[in-house]
Amino acid sequence: MTKVEAIIQVSKLDAVKEALHEVGVEGMTVFEARGHGRQKGHTEFYRGREYTVDLIPKVKLEIVLADDMVEKAVDAIVAAARSGKIGDGKIFYTRIDEAIRIRNGERGDGAL
Amino acid sequence: MKINNFVFRKEGPTTTVVPHRFDGVRSEQLSMGKILTVFLFLAMMCPSASLGQTANTPSSSASPASDTQSTRITKLEQAAADAKSSGDNAWMLTCSALVLMMTGPGLALFYGGLVRKKNVLSTMMQSFAMMAIVTLLWGLVAYSLAFGTGNSFIGGLHNMFLRGVGAQADPDYAATIPLQTFMIYQLMFAIITPALITGAFAERMKFSAMSLFMVLWSLLVYAPMAHMVWGKGGLLNASLGGRFPTLDFAGGTVVHVTSGVSALVCALYLGHRIGYPKQPMPPHSVVLSFIGACLLWVGWFGFNAGSALSAGSLATSAFVATHFGAAAATLSWSAAEWWRNGKPSALGAISGAVAGLVAITPAAGFVSPMSAIIIGLAAGAFCYFMVAKVKMIFGYDDSLDAFGVHGAGGTLGALLTGVFASSAVNPIFKDAQGNTLASGLLEGNAHQLLNQFIGVVIAWVLAAVGTLVILKVVDLVIGLRVSEDHEIQGLDFSQHGEEGYNWESPG
Repeated sequence: MTKVEAIIQVSKLDAVKEALHEVGVEGMTVFEARGHGRQKGHTEFYRGREYTVDLIPKVKLEIVLADDMVEKAVDAIVAAARSGKIGDGKIFYTRIDEAIRIRNGERGDGAL
Repeated sequence: MKINNFVFRKEGPTTTVVPHRFDGVRSEQLSMGKILTVFLFLAMMCPSASLGQTANTPSSSASPASDTQSTRITKLEQAAADAKSSGDNAWMLTCSALVLMMTGPGLALFYGGLVRKKNVLSTMMQSFAMMAIVTLLWGLVAYSLAFGTGNSFIGGLHNMFLRGVGAQADPDYAATIPLQTFMIYQLMFAIITPALITGAFAERMKFSAMSLFMVLWSLLVYAPMAHMVWGKGGLLNASLGGRFPTLDFAGGTVVHVTSGVSALVCALYLGHRIGYPKQPMPPHSVVLSFIGACLLWVGWFGFNAGSALSAGSLATSAFVATHFGAAAATLSWSAAEWWRNGKPSALGAISGAVAGLVAITPAAGFVSPMSAIIIGLAAGAFCYFMVAKVKMIFGYDDSLDAFGVHGAGGTLGALLTGVFASSAVNPIFKDAQGNTLASGLLEGNAHQLLNQFIGVVIAWVLAAVGTLVILKVVDLVIGLRVSEDHEIQGLDFSQHGEEGYNWESPG
């Protein structure tokens, strides 16, 4: 089992969700996040004071998948989230040791 | 993005607030609470001592069938006077409500939105506390000190506990409304003036210290200034023969200069907020400030037009001048911002409006609408300059620009009143034969500008000296500033045990 973490532009969330549903991914968790990679922030003005905002709002998705689903899911995310500009985001994988369905105690791939 | 389709959770540890049970500061807060309770109990004893006042009896009139001509004329004159009185009183009571609204929620929201989220309640509470504290103080003694008969500088104690303040009009102040209406109207001014100062020391002053400060400030600065400009025998009273008649229609000097200058002194005395100016502290909700500013604009009609103390054409004139001044200042502040930063901000626009309203306050009942536009344009640009440039240069932390807008705007407005005041709008100066004299500079009365200057200087000095003394005293007795921990924690929790927004509470 693999956890896929994807940090994407806020405006791409709907498209990514759609794309994942289409390839058969059924579960996900979504977080509001702030951050930056190489993307510069912007400045805001309040009463003559300049404020640099360099933690930019992003969305983070976490999906835990059976290993054979990972390639399809990642391709779907990339296709939906890419705009070609700096700030598109990143995807990371990690190995998951166990998954458990709370409702009935099911374990492993069946719990996903 | 449809937010309601998924669950959002903020990354990071969940916030749990643990109250400090055992530090010495908490026990100080508990004893402040006990002192307040005892004080209020004692304060309750005072008014009961004066419960033998005459109750307000409404006027009654019988009309027998057989009346002589002269009796009927007298009755008709009385009825006409009653009708005028009725209109004036209705207007003045409405204005009183409008001015109170300026404090709560107008100023509370305006200031509340400008501070950081962790201090929103404490900021609003400071304004609200004025509504309670100053009200009691006014009834007990402050009204008498401001408007009672006394000397050139301060009233006496004759009207303590509002003795003699009833249904009967006082022709020196307002001939067609009950003195009680006049009193309650003036109270609303006395409430908002100290509330304005809170903008300077936002986010770092103890609630207990602020409360004590405001009681002393109302007695030692506000009451004398109000007396001098508006009270019987006042040194600066233009309508009642003051030695240096200062034209101040609705409180440019009494309200804005005094509070603005006091604000500067407070900001300098208390020092910077922790982290200022390096740490960014943008307003947590310009939305709240926006709503507050609009309430201030609308409420200001009560503040300025109500200062005509009647519902006639002078009230209209002041209403119109007020509105035009606000509009013009909005545009000049926005223009200045657009030029300097490339974008006109919402915060800038509303700040401009407030600056214009401040500047037109002393002038409202003396100037024409076109003059009001000029005053407004000047105020918007000038106050923007004070807030965006001068504050940076001198480096004082006037958190919410109480000095930059009220102190500077009020000073400018008071001086420009001497320039633009016109006897065609308001024939305030008359000679011994009753002929109207010129009011302001443009009309040919250059001397008035000097009087305005004197009024402004007196306001500056009284406010600065009074505030410094009071700050020193309160600092020695209770200590002014919250501890560093409390400031970082936020005043909502450290002073009031609350959080403004509990949006993340589970379940």
